[in-house]
Amino acid sequence: MSRLSPVMITALVFVAGFAICSLQFPNFASTRVVANLLTDNAFLGIVAIGMTFVIISGGIDLSVGSVIGFTTVFVALSIERLGLPPLLAFAILLVLCAAFGAAMGAVIHFFDMPPFIVTLAGMFVARGTSFLMSTESTPITAPLYTAVSDFGIALPGGGRLTAIALIMLAVVAAGSVLLHFTRFGANVFAMGGNRSATALMGVAIGSMTVRIYMLSSVLAGIAGIVFSFYTAAGYSLSAVGVELDTIAAVVIGGTLLSGGQGSAIGTFLGVLIQGLIQSYINFDGTLSSWWTKIATGILLFAFIALQQAMVRLAGRSRTIRAGEVKA
Amino acid sequence: MQQAVEGRQPLLEVRGLSKSFGILRALDQVDFTLHAGEIHALLGENGAGKSTLIKVITGVLSRDAGTIRLDGGEIEPRSVKEALAEGIATVYQEVNLLPNLSVAQNLYLGRQPTRFGIVRDGEMQRRATALLAGYDLHIDVGAQLGHYSVAIQHVVAIARAVDLSARVLILDEPTASLDRHEVDMLFRTMRALAARGIGILFVTHFLDQVYDISDRITVLRNGRLIGERMTASLPRLELIQMMLGRELSETTGERVAHDRSASTPCATFTNYGKRGSIAPFDLDLRHGEVVGLAGLLGSGRTETARLVFGADRADSGKAAVEGKPVRLHSPRDAVRHGFGYCPEERKTDGIIAELTVRENIVLALQAKRGITRPLSRREQDEIAARFVKLLDIRPPDPERPIGLLSGGNQQKVLLARWLATEPRLLVLDEPTRGIDVGAHAEIIRLIRELCDRGLALLVISSELDEIVAYSDRVVVLRDRAHVGTLQDDGIDVSSILAAIAADGSVPAAAEA
Repeated sequence: MSRLSPVMITALVFVAGFAICSLQFPNFASTRVVANLLTDNAFLGIVAIGMTFVIISGGIDLSVGSVIGFTTVFVALSIERLGLPPLLAFAILLVLCAAFGAAMGAVIHFFDMPPFIVTLAGMFVARGTSFLMSTESTPITAPLYTAVSDFGIALPGGGRLTAIALIMLAVVAAGSVLLHFTRFGANVFAMGGNRSATALMGVAIGSMTVRIYMLSSVLAGIAGIVFSFYTAAGYSLSAVGVELDTIAAVVIGGTLLSGGQGSAIGTFLGVLIQGLIQSYINFDGTLSSWWTKIATGILLFAFIALQQAMVRLAGRSRTIRAGEVKA
Repeated sequence: MQQAVEGRQPLLEVRGLSKSFGILRALDQVDFTLHAGEIHALLGENGAGKSTLIKVITGVLSRDAGTIRLDGGEIEPRSVKEALAEGIATVYQEVNLLPNLSVAQNLYLGRQPTRFGIVRDGEMQRRATALLAGYDLHIDVGAQLGHYSVAIQHVVAIARAVDLSARVLILDEPTASLDRHEVDMLFRTMRALAARGIGILFVTHFLDQVYDISDRITVLRNGRLIGERMTASLPRLELIQMMLGRELSETTGERVAHDRSASTPCATFTNYGKRGSIAPFDLDLRHGEVVGLAGLLGSGRTETARLVFGADRADSGKAAVEGKPVRLHSPRDAVRHGFGYCPEERKTDGIIAELTVRENIVLALQAKRGITRPLSRREQDEIAARFVKLLDIRPPDPERPIGLLSGGNQQKVLLARWLATEPRLLVLDEPTRGIDVGAHAEIIRLIRELCDRGLALLVISSELDEIVAYSDRVVVLRDRAHVGTLQDDGIDVSSILAAIAADGSVPAAAEA
């Protein structure tokens, strides 16, 4: 129960925010708005699930935004210049991402380097490489892209559940299962709780670290593919700063930045809250879209303050002693 | 030798184990024998080699020489994991489990029951509940481990270790932070495990607990094996002599004659104590008087000093300075009332190695004055020069980084730091530790001199000769309680030993 309560608060914030928007704008409470919310934030949701694993394990991954940018350029050039079939391009890309993430994880573990620095380096490498490949925006015209953007499950009320929204929902569902119901997920929580104790309990934390960063980079790759579906182009400047939006979504979703606590569903809600703020501003029409950043900043601050308060409270709350246990 | 007497093969047999760190011989030809089904206490003071021995057995450290046999077969664990695989598990004072996971996850981390890759949570909880029921522990295994008391966490850690097929269980000071009821619970668990044939190596500083639970005792001192005895046939006094390395007949250090007629009360503590740290005590510190705190490691000496200095907050009793009631809730309070404290761990708690002698000396004085009244460089130079001369700090260069000084001179700088604040009471924790023998006498001389200037001193030392040499009164501690006071001519090493050894059931009043 207590483990879920940060998620509860995130959920409450989302519901309250949605209610406020609906009261203010008569057309807001529609399947169209909800479907758009999912579509517009699909790439963010996917990459945030990867970040959730990383942060719960006690790490951070600053490279994800650059990996998304790299992905869009790589995919666009492979399809448009080299004429590769899109699916083959995706497969090659995901292998590259996996290798990239594994390399970062290996450096973090075996050289005992702070994840912040290692993934910062990764961020520069990935962004630099994408500029090296192309500095122009490359439109993608492959038939698959048209097919994907045409696909949609019609919802009652005019909404349309797009392919990329479905991919995001699938990633959230799979991420939830992996995080909360498998040994891998338990190890991720364990590492965030106490790395050395986890090692003493026989968990191979080296291979765990490699796999966690691999997962994050692969999900960033998938997010990049989704982003290329969304914009139908590859551009080396896309998704600049997305790693920070991602971290914000994860923390607003109730994941402890110091690791050990969190949930995938909370991250999903954190992403939706950011999307909700964006939608509000779009509906209003008079506000600058940069208000999104300000509102996100305030929310982020509020959630971190809340987490600190909860950690304090948990520390002060009476522990259960042997004498109080029925024998 | 022992197993010939026992007539059965030992479970764990350590022979001729040696381990050096540089020139320091941490273990020198140590033997240790653990039989199946016995609880074996490993005892010794600081630097005896207990933790080194445990670390070698559990694969944390490599050894220089010697053999370790488990069930007759030689083993050479190179990591905790390998030791665990051989069946040697360790539970530390700091529980090495994951407070953010459920009790069940902690018990089964890495070996959770799964179906198609999904952890079968219900099945895992059922197994965990059943496993803990075997330890008479009936708790909600779905709750986070961190919600439970340290004692319960210890039992969970033990249950995990034993469930991983441990045959040798090493408990390193598991009772240090437990209350009486929790210790009983842990002991029940230990007895039950011993009855199942598991050999338990138990490290503790509480002698009462040693006599409560252990079958056999091994004593180490300065890296050497002093002896292995059956607990039932080893009197307390003899055990303490083994640990401290003295004979009652031994002649002891000379006492320095001292006139205390002028001493007036400085600080008085009445029924002062803190649950789980030290039992309530009465302590009267007077101007111009040295009070020594004597006892074994972990007997509550440092805990007393921390309470007096406000580093820990008392939960019972009253404190008064110069007859006026005061609150000592933090070291700041204590400094304001004119207290000073030289901690035992010079390197970590005391000196700041990169700063110069001068900067180290003026630290406490500046802190006392507050940030709004900075000491001018001229004042700093004056103070530093005065104390370098007064305490004969060498080399006499106030601008030298303190890290480059010898241990004895670092200690003098620490003394100077507090003397600069002109304290009325100074607490010294092991003032001669890590200082070469020549400097010992000088520190002792300094202590006497300070006292003659009207300072009240509270000194903790493991060196009984030294305590005898400079103390006007000696408070003896045992198992986290003050158990007796010796005064004036009543102070000698044998009386202190006798007071430490006196049986716990008798409130030892060794008043002279």
